[in-house]
Amino acid sequence: MSVMPTRRAVRFAPDSLREIPTQTVDCDLLIVGGGNAGCFVAVEARRLAPSLRVVIMEKANIMRSGACSAGMDAINTYIPEGKTPEDLVRWSRAQVGGGPLREDLALSNAELLNESVDDLQRWGLPILRDEDGKIRYRGQWDISIHGEQLKPIMAERAVASGAVVYNRVAGTGLLMSGRRCAGAAGLGVRDGKFYVFRAKAVVISTGGAGTLYKSYTADSTDSGSQIWMCPYCVGSGYAMGLRRGAELTSLEQRWVATRTKDFCGPVDTISVGYKAPIVNCRGERVMSRYAHLGGDAAPRFIRANAPMEEWLAGRGPCYCDTRHMDEKTVRAMMEDYLNERPSFVLFLASRGQDVTREPIEIYGSDPYIVGGHTGGGYWVDMARMTTLEGVFAAGETAGGNPNKFVGGCCAEGKLAARGALAYMRGREFAPPDAEDIEREKARVYAPVLGRAQEGVRPVEMKERLQRLMDEYAGGVSQFYRTNEERLDYALRHVKMLQSQFRHLRAEDPHELMQANETMDRVDVAEAVVQHLKARKETRWPGWQTRSDYPERNDAEFDCFIESRRNPETGVVETFTRPYERIVPGDRYTA
Amino acid sequence: MPPVVDVHKCSGCAPREESRCEEVCPGDLMAVDIAAGKAYCRNPRDCWDCMSCVKACPNGALATRMPYQLGYFKARLRPVMGKGVITWKCVDIYGKERTYKYRNRIIPDT
Repeated sequence: MSVMPTRRAVRFAPDSLREIPTQTVDCDLLIVGGGNAGCFVAVEARRLAPSLRVVIMEKANIMRSGACSAGMDAINTYIPEGKTPEDLVRWSRAQVGGGPLREDLALSNAELLNESVDDLQRWGLPILRDEDGKIRYRGQWDISIHGEQLKPIMAERAVASGAVVYNRVAGTGLLMSGRRCAGAAGLGVRDGKFYVFRAKAVVISTGGAGTLYKSYTADSTDSGSQIWMCPYCVGSGYAMGLRRGAELTSLEQRWVATRTKDFCGPVDTISVGYKAPIVNCRGERVMSRYAHLGGDAAPRFIRANAPMEEWLAGRGPCYCDTRHMDEKTVRAMMEDYLNERPSFVLFLASRGQDVTREPIEIYGSDPYIVGGHTGGGYWVDMARMTTLEGVFAAGETAGGNPNKFVGGCCAEGKLAARGALAYMRGREFAPPDAEDIEREKARVYAPVLGRAQEGVRPVEMKERLQRLMDEYAGGVSQFYRTNEERLDYALRHVKMLQSQFRHLRAEDPHELMQANETMDRVDVAEAVVQHLKARKETRWPGWQTRSDYPERNDAEFDCFIESRRNPETGVVETFTRPYERIVPGDRYTA
Repeated sequence: MPPVVDVHKCSGCAPREESRCEEVCPGDLMAVDIAAGKAYCRNPRDCWDCMSCVKACPNGALATRMPYQLGYFKARLRPVMGKGVITWKCVDIYGKERTYKYRNRIIPDT
């Protein structure tokens, strides 16, 4: 059986570490996170090496886990006839304001992109076509799909490939054998067991980090998770590596998107897909203010920040003007929403809103660290290996290579699988250090072992962090602006939170998972703040806005910001790496 | 907002070890109250409204509701899963009903 059976949560009240069973699983390749990228890692690894023992450690259930669980309405990049991978890199570069970005990674992703999307179609994903049978483009690069089943389609292939899936096991940490990675540990969120996966190589594909910042709808009862990013992707994949001293890149290039107001739904669906222009309260076309930067085709951060600038200038609210749409177009738009964010259709119905009479209001999202969209993630080499030997990254976790989206994450899954296979060739199994395993176990279970003592609930610490990040590290309530003093304040309080990890308490395996997730969030947030501090300029307003350094400063900051947390001292240091251009052409246009 | 459980329709998926909603929820939020034999959401604030549980429920016992702080009483959206086809029925707060039906998967000929 390649999907290990799961059960409902058991009674779990251990009084000592010894009482908690450890289950050891041996494999060749361990994939942490069976999402978009992780499923492609599994399929590609088993295709190239049919006898390879591949294990997927999945926090939820692989059939409906992570950012694709609700479905998807578009593949944002598919290279059309007459265009080349270089053209796609030029577009990606212009979308992030001329870089810096890892053009080497972007190019290799682009070269594998179309065949990866073709895989999805062959596996059963409906891609919409026009009357002549040609793929229907909704913008320059993005194609429409009926992706309600996208996640189960990918997951079924991963299972069919022969990978063994451990559902409901949340990755907590990497296990080392000296300087080399020898596997990873996980918490069984139903059975409470401590899982030790011993592997020759590990691919981290856990998705990005939502929920570091407070969402503006979070104060409403029962609306704590109305965010764009999947709220169950909390940055654990970044945290696992940073605690071991892995180098992270570009975390300051946060993803902030314009979303539908009050209930987070996609906006490109309407503004790009259905030519619904962004207008302010006076009916003025907002993007015409940015004509010198490309207007409606301006870089993504400009488009994301523009409605917020209108609010600041007293010209909000802003809308996507849908009032020109006919019934057929509205129906197609609603189907798009049902494919990606079905509850947004319920939201419109609960407002009694006819979008042909009343336009759809838009607003900025809370910020996310998502390397499939912007640049934040691990610094990787061309094989997608991080700076930790034997640890690979794919999808949202791999940094420096923005605008991957679904198709690019598929392609990167393949590349990481190939990189890991090449690395494993001729390498023997390295047993993880036994003391290291016990230290990780003690760290993971401390909140449940201390449950009888007065302490802090994981949700309390999470909400403290979210409020701190929102107000001091450039969240939506501050229109994304921050400065050195606020960042220092944030850092001081992040340190206080870290010093209070020992007071976290958990009553059951689910809450224990939440406690570990919250520690991951805090550790990732510290790195994000350090990155924001290090970039003393404003390169991507909205994504990264320094009110004390409001201009771009190419002389000092036309480069990557990197960070590394010293595993011995816990001190986060930041440094730079140069931006290397490979693809010719103007940086700022495409 | 989490799904509302219709306790008359919910069977807790007995005698399965896990109910379908418990099995599928990406946030590990759905569980079954053993004594009552009914599903419930363990932490309403953590629900993403992805509707995976609603789609998975074999008894049509789950319905996603909009938090009142965001939207008014009472709209409904119900998915019906077919083979390669999904049908959505949406009713707005004025009682206006709309149905959307389309292909969600290409099933190869066998």
